[in-house]
Amino acid sequence: MATTTAPSSAHRAEAPSQVKHRPDRSYRRRQRWGWFFVAPFAVIFLTFLILPLVFAFRMSLFTSTLATGTRFVGADNYLKAFTDPIFLEGLGTVARFALIMIPAQMIVALLAALVLDNLATWASKFSRLMIFIPYAVPVVIGALMWGFLYSPRFGPASSIFGLFGLAAPEFLAQDNIFGSLVNIVTWQWAGYYMIIIYAALRGIDPGIYEAAVLDGASDRQIAWRIKIPMISSSMVMVVIFALIGTLQFFTEPQVLRGVAQGAIPTSYTPNMYAFSLAFSYSQFNYASAISFALGIVVFVFSFLFLFLTRKQSGLK
Amino acid sequence: MKAKFLASAGIVAATAVALTGCSGGNGSGGGGGSEAASCTNTIVNAEAPQVTVWAWYPAFNEVVDQFNNANDDVQICWTNAGQGNDEYTKFSTSIESGSGAPDVIQLESEVLPSFTIRDALVDLTEYGADDVKDNYAEGAWEDASSGDSVYAIPVDGGPMGMLYRQDLFDAAGIEVPATWEEFEVAAQKLKDSGNGAVIADFPTNGRAFNQALFAQAGSVPFDYDSANPQEIGIEVNDEGAKKVLEYWNGLVKDGLVATDDAFTADYNTKLVDGSYAVYLAAAWGPGYLQGLSDADPDAIWRAAPLPQWDAADPVQVNWGGSTFAVTEQASDKELSARVAMEIFGSDEQMNLGIDKGALFPSYAPVLESEEFANKEYEFFGGQQINKDVFLDAAAGYEGATFSPFQNYAYDQLTVQIYAMVQGEKDAGQALDDLQASLEQYATEQGFTLK
Repeated sequence: MATTTAPSSAHRAEAPSQVKHRPDRSYRRRQRWGWFFVAPFAVIFLTFLILPLVFAFRMSLFTSTLATGTRFVGADNYLKAFTDPIFLEGLGTVARFALIMIPAQMIVALLAALVLDNLATWASKFSRLMIFIPYAVPVVIGALMWGFLYSPRFGPASSIFGLFGLAAPEFLAQDNIFGSLVNIVTWQWAGYYMIIIYAALRGIDPGIYEAAVLDGASDRQIAWRIKIPMISSSMVMVVIFALIGTLQFFTEPQVLRGVAQGAIPTSYTPNMYAFSLAFSYSQFNYASAISFALGIVVFVFSFLFLFLTRKQSGLK
Repeated sequence: MKAKFLASAGIVAATAVALTGCSGGNGSGGGGGSEAASCTNTIVNAEAPQVTVWAWYPAFNEVVDQFNNANDDVQICWTNAGQGNDEYTKFSTSIESGSGAPDVIQLESEVLPSFTIRDALVDLTEYGADDVKDNYAEGAWEDASSGDSVYAIPVDGGPMGMLYRQDLFDAAGIEVPATWEEFEVAAQKLKDSGNGAVIADFPTNGRAFNQALFAQAGSVPFDYDSANPQEIGIEVNDEGAKKVLEYWNGLVKDGLVATDDAFTADYNTKLVDGSYAVYLAAAWGPGYLQGLSDADPDAIWRAAPLPQWDAADPVQVNWGGSTFAVTEQASDKELSARVAMEIFGSDEQMNLGIDKGALFPSYAPVLESEEFANKEYEFFGGQQINKDVFLDAAAGYEGATFSPFQNYAYDQLTVQIYAMVQGEKDAGQALDDLQASLEQYATEQGFTLK
């Protein structure tokens, strides 16, 4: 990554100095064409990302309650958000998910990638596809499907456990919902992360393995001492993806709430809280503030993580 | 660098102007001809002005077609924007954005205050609503009005009754319970018979259902008048509500009733496969029941009045029921009000709703007709369920008052009942906690507590 961006930024650094010395007309015309080609993207980017963000931020600085009108309150909504027990509880929930779910996905993805990297048969191609397929299922469909699989009436659990004379666990009960959600997310995303890690593994020069084998390294040692350290930057990227996704956890619990309204309250995760505030309780202003507050938390944690792993990721 | 920054800032500004320009233009438009392309139905008279309608009634397309064929000076352009909360979410968003709402919208009476407080609905008294007042059941009209204002025209009601499995009752030797005391005895008997069924489900997400059961014991949770919108009285933890919730908590603890979430696939199956012997239902319940699959083929369904707390002094309650309201975004409010009053405002229109959509009408000429009373329902073995159960229930219903944050109140009710069923607190505590959370919410929202 770093090696490819370095030369291009060097080019860019050259360009302005050129302009300074001789204001070339063709250069300026080229630049105008550049803007022309960037424009379609820029317009869409501004219209559908930047402007809504600015608009939402502006909304978050106002308050409007049911009984009184709208008025400007500055940062009050943010102060309220970071002392709001419901929001903080939601953050606690996603933090617990992050602690359990991210390692679970990493372990599954890494093991699968390492195993597939060592195999070179048709079975490995087939398995790779099979492990990746859950990611191709839309998240909402996947969650709906698991809702049925977890259902005591339609799901297979009661008949499977019944074979051993056991009662099936209630996957959608308050005590089990956490594990049920971890399972859905791991099922869906492990394959995706596996592909990223696998691609990184394929990028390692096989000569290194040969050298290691000559030095008497076992397969396990190669995996542990060579492969994993060499793909650490990909691992960091994967964890960042998972971290951001987990902090913004929304779709799976929102869909599963349809069959477990008691176990998954409307404010289960911060994102769900923002959603219900805006669309169920029409508190659009406070919902904007909650969304930005969540954005701040995501930014802080991602930054912190990248800072702590700067050595592994090669960012330094 | 500076030039680039200015250029991009210029683009931002230009786009911003363009966007606000757009939204300003649409805001005043509302429904009307421009959205004609999105109608689900076909417009018969293309020349006539159109009124956009959102509704989710079953077989509503036939009602619309009949209306459009009968009227050449106005046409309905109908869209199904989702059922209940799905539709309210869209409506709520279009209120916030100032455009996109239909002219006429189907709303359950319990959510009317939530929208009147946002100035989203038109007071229909200006458009002749009072003239049709006598055409509607009293309780239903009461639900659609607040003080002297009328914010919607009632369409269908949900007077409550008890649908039960005669075959399961007979097998366990159970008499049809007329009081809640007898209901508990019957529940115990059914459990002792060991056929695996429970007498009923007490869903923690019952929302309006739970609230209706509380109301039967005299609970009046809210005191609210949209003429004085900043004041609200909240009393969700009164004696009546506590008595009812304690009763059900007892049944739950003894394993006499289930606590499955309502309106899930599991629940729908259990309703008809013999897992529950009783479906405590509103008048739209029979229609709902018939639409479910995987039914037990040997099931014998019958209807009886809802059990009472005091058989000598029966109290009738209502669960659900919907109305047509005119939105503030409607371009032609007078015409929209006329449509709201006339969609189901004639015998032909209403009968279509009853026959095809299994509605329980609030429209008095049909509601009070011999034909409706004597209607025999095949699903109930030819029983005249309207005469036997629902007409009395509808006549005895006096209306209720809902809060302007009903969705929040129901969500909190679910949280508390779930905690109670999980054994975390008793019924009294659950309702006290509900009271505290609603009082806090109301204060935060700027209301003065009465």
